[in-house]
Amino acid sequence: MNIKVLFFGITTDLTGEQEVVLQVNEELSINDFKSILKEKYSNLEHLDTYALAVNEAYVSYDIFLKPNDVVAIIPPVSGG
Amino acid sequence: MIRTSIKISSQKLDVKECYSFVEDDTCGGITAFIGTVRNETEGKEVLQLDFTTYKPMAIKEMQKIADKALEKFDIKKIAIHHAEGMLQIGDIPVIITVSAKHRKAAFLACEFAIDTLKETVPIWKKEYFSDGEVWVNAHP
Repeated sequence: MNIKVLFFGITTDLTGEQEVVLQVNEELSINDFKSILKEKYSNLEHLDTYALAVNEAYVSYDIFLKPNDVVAIIPPVSGG
Repeated sequence: MIRTSIKISSQKLDVKECYSFVEDDTCGGITAFIGTVRNETEGKEVLQLDFTTYKPMAIKEMQKIADKALEKFDIKKIAIHHAEGMLQIGDIPVIITVSAKHRKAAFLACEFAIDTLKETVPIWKKEYFSDGEVWVNAHP
C-alpha cells in the first residue's frame, strides 16, 4: 500500500525531502513504519525526539496504517 | 453564535480584527496576548524569522485549544491567529484575544491558549542570524 510522508522543520534539512510516497506492506503498525523511516533516513537519528501525525492528528499509541494514509513527521514545534 | 476565530495567514495579522471578534456586551473585559519578533536570542542578533506550518493540522490543533479554553474557563469568545512566512523584527507572529464576564477567566484562558499553542501546534520557526540560520527547538 502507499503511504504519503510529509516532512517539516529540521527534518526537511535532515532528509532532504518535503513529501514522499512510500510503498509498504499492508497491516503495518505506526511503530514499524517509524523503524522503516529510521532505516531509510538515518539522519533522523540526529533528532532527539519527534512526533508522528496520521491524517492530521497526533498518534499517541500504536495503530495500523491504512492505504493512502498521510504520515507527518513533527519535530519539536516552535510556534508563537 | 460563533465563539472561536482561528486563522493562519501569510498577511499581516490584525489586532483590531481579533479584538472586534471577541467584543461582547455581556463581558467585563478582554485580554490579549500579542507575540512580537524579538531582535536577539541568547545575546545573538536576530535578523528575521521564517514560520512554516503544517497548515491543515495546525488549524485543527488551534481549534482544539480554543474549544478546550471555552470548556475549561468561564469565557465568552476567543480568537487565535498565527502568521506564516518571513517576519521582520517587531512583526506579530501570534495574537490571542479572549473576552469574559470577569477578568480572571480571561487572563487564565489567554495564558492557557498561548502555552498550549507553543507545545502542540505544528508550526516551526527558523531564526536568521548574520552568520546562518537555525530551526528553533530542534537541537539536532
